[in-house]
Amino acid sequence: MSFTATKFAPSPLPLNSTTPRSNDKPLSFSFDHSKTNPSSSFLGSTRKLLRFTALAKPRAQTRASTPVADVLLHQTSNLLITKEEGLELYEDMILGRFFEDKCAEMYYRGKMFGFVHLYNGQEAVSTGFIKLLKKEDYVVSTYRDHVHALSKGVSSRAVMSELFGKATGCCRGQGGSMHMFSKEHNMLGGFAFIGEGIPVATGAAFSSKYRREVLNEADADQVTLAFFGDGTCNNGQFFECLNMAALWKLPIVFVVENNLWAIGMSHLRATSDPQIWKKGPAFGMPGIHVDGMDVLKVREVAKEAIERARRGEGPTLVECETYRFRGHSLADPDELRDPAEKEHYAGRDPITALKQYLFENNLASEQELKAIEKKIDEILDDAVEFADNSPLPPRSQLLENVFADPKGFGIGPDGRYRCEDPKFTEGTAQV
Amino acid sequence: MWGVIKHKTQSIRPAFSAIRHFSSAAKEITVREALNTALDEEMSADPKVFLMGEEVGEYQGAYKISKGLLEKYGPERVLDTPITEAGFAGIGVGAAYYGLRPVVEFMTFNFSMQAIDHIINSAAKSNYMSAGQISVPIVFRGPNGAAAGVGAQHSQCYASWYATCPGLKVLTPYSSEDARGLLKAAIRDPDPVVFLENELLYGESFPVSAEALDSSFCLPIGKAKIEREGKDVTITAYSKMVGYALKAAEALAKEGISAEVINLRSIRPLDRATINTSVRKTNRLVTVEEGFPQHGVGAEICTSVIEESFGYLDAPVERIAGADVPMPYAANLERMAVPQIEDIVRAAKRACHRSVPLAAAA
Ligand SMILES: Cc1ncc(C[n+]2csc(CCOP(=O)(O)OP(=O)(O)O)c2C)c(N)n1
Ligand SMILES: [Mg+2]
Repeated sequence: MSFTATKFAPSPLPLNSTTPRSNDKPLSFSFDHSKTNPSSSFLGSTRKLLRFTALAKPRAQTRASTPVADVLLHQTSNLLITKEEGLELYEDMILGRFFEDKCAEMYYRGKMFGFVHLYNGQEAVSTGFIKLLKKEDYVVSTYRDHVHALSKGVSSRAVMSELFGKATGCCRGQGGSMHMFSKEHNMLGGFAFIGEGIPVATGAAFSSKYRREVLNEADADQVTLAFFGDGTCNNGQFFECLNMAALWKLPIVFVVENNLWAIGMSHLRATSDPQIWKKGPAFGMPGIHVDGMDVLKVREVAKEAIERARRGEGPTLVECETYRFRGHSLADPDELRDPAEKEHYAGRDPITALKQYLFENNLASEQELKAIEKKIDEILDDAVEFADNSPLPPRSQLLENVFADPKGFGIGPDGRYRCEDPKFTEGTAQV
Repeated sequence: MWGVIKHKTQSIRPAFSAIRHFSSAAKEITVREALNTALDEEMSADPKVFLMGEEVGEYQGAYKISKGLLEKYGPERVLDTPITEAGFAGIGVGAAYYGLRPVVEFMTFNFSMQAIDHIINSAAKSNYMSAGQISVPIVFRGPNGAAAGVGAQHSQCYASWYATCPGLKVLTPYSSEDARGLLKAAIRDPDPVVFLENELLYGESFPVSAEALDSSFCLPIGKAKIEREGKDVTITAYSKMVGYALKAAEALAKEGISAEVINLRSIRPLDRATINTSVRKTNRLVTVEEGFPQHGVGAEICTSVIEESFGYLDAPVERIAGADVPMPYAANLERMAVPQIEDIVRAAKRACHRSVPLAAAA
């Protein structure tokens, strides 16, 4: 019997870092945009589209077509974005990166506390997916959630303040780093336990389908994105939800951010078959592997998966191969990852890659990108100042929000509902 | 108003039977070292003992409790699992059915909620359901209770959750001596033990006797320890709250109140004898826990005193617990949501002098 830590992966993870992007010959054909977001002129390739269609076929056929993702890998190279889109993507990625750097700084200055998990290195996934969403669409995240919230439109001020534990935070200081919620933005959290966000996201997708089909709300075409890591794909809730989402054809995209590590546990040591995308076809849905360090490739795959969900064709599993540039959390000594591996991925920084693409294709000038960086710097300085100057939650807040029912916090010594005691609403009650 | 008539209804064993004084403190070790050495010694003594959990091997434990064990015992006995609490807790139980002695680490006890089916259904009930044919000698261990700044999902106490279940033993070490003696007892025990550590205590040092450092050292499950003797008021506490209770006792002493501090050590079985003996002496009781107040450990202790020593009480029992809310993130709210030393002092004074009207004690 041996459980030794031998790396027994059948083959190294396919990382398409060497695949050249043939952007010299952009394809400008169009596929049926009638049901899709007409504002975007970003187009995928015909062959990719066919692949998706093939995968949407009944189970027996999808099983036979498992090698699809590898084929797809080499077909996502023909890209086209407008200047406007390029700048939007760049700005969102810079926001994500700079925000997290600011968090590290503030954490070390004692302004935020507890577990703070930063997103550096993975920006292409959040930006590539979430920037394609409508406001009504849902995002469900993990403890590594700041940047998903920002991409979804929650303001830097609201997120920063939350991290500072202030009353002006998006959850009034009650949630904290791992629990970002914003009803306004359909950001459904911030789930700190492995896997538990997946069923909740599946439930959000279920509600869209239910509203459309049972409540006859014709405009209920929301798509839900569930973000989670490679380590989470070994948790039962992942498999349970793949099954139900496929069974009920729910409008959801399962986005795996495979950064190759779960704290100090290498993906290859934790997973019998490390190719996560393969679990899609096993449950009767497309499974796609994409280079998560390339925002344009992510966006291309995301676009089709989201549209597919919106068209009512069911779920998609997307494995984005990415890397985190910092430790698991700010408390992680990060001693187990090989410096050579870190260096390799540092060389594939998704922001640098996008920048290069924008330059090479004359989509942006140095000054334009500098201006974006300056703007984000200012936004973040403002956010920090705002958070710093914001008030702490008042004492009375401690007992609030336990129940939606205002009577929920019980009956006082005088036999009346505590919510009827003015001291509780004024914040002067003895708690 | 109640305690004037003191009739002895039952004979309760004297409290000092639970006190184990060991020879003078020669050495100090941290709780982390205590747990680590206890694991190490039990693994070396019994090849059926193995450790399983997330990051226990190459990472040496998320809180470094298993430091050095992978190197010493190899990956066959120190197993890094995928993140699948339901899976590996169940695998642990199955292994225990067939004669092994698994120690299952939860990175924190919060995550045990994903495995609670196996703790309650597979581990706690099997001996009973099988009419004693299948026993489950397993230990579920990891940090429990309020941590700092990690919000509602990562910060709560599971003592009363697990202690409500027949078939489980629930231990809550405070000091290094507790950690060593109780963990060894848990591993040697024939039944499933939920072993609740505290992250904020791991780095704390405590003096330990030579006896407690001996590899044969073991503490009895179900025995509380009187950490400090007193005559005016009994304070029960477990885990980190024992330290708070001791500090409160110091503050009270300066004001002329002599508090007896009981370190429960075991939540189930609960050492009713030690608690009741103490209350019969002091006639006043303050219970302290970090968990939620409703249906908590304090409620159980209070009932045991009402049942056995009602006539001895000179004041209503005071219960100090966490606030009846999920743990807030904001530091100022978080501080209000967990018991503080001054809360214990105030409650003890209330019990002794009734200086504060009861209505304010909500
Ligand atoms: C149920 C549960 N078990 C354990 C943990 C502790 N934990 C937090 S993050 C993490 C690793 C997750 O890795 P992965 O899914 O790859 O996501 P990443 O952190 O790499 O983004 C673990 C084990 C948890 N949060 N929840
Ligand atoms: Mg990961």
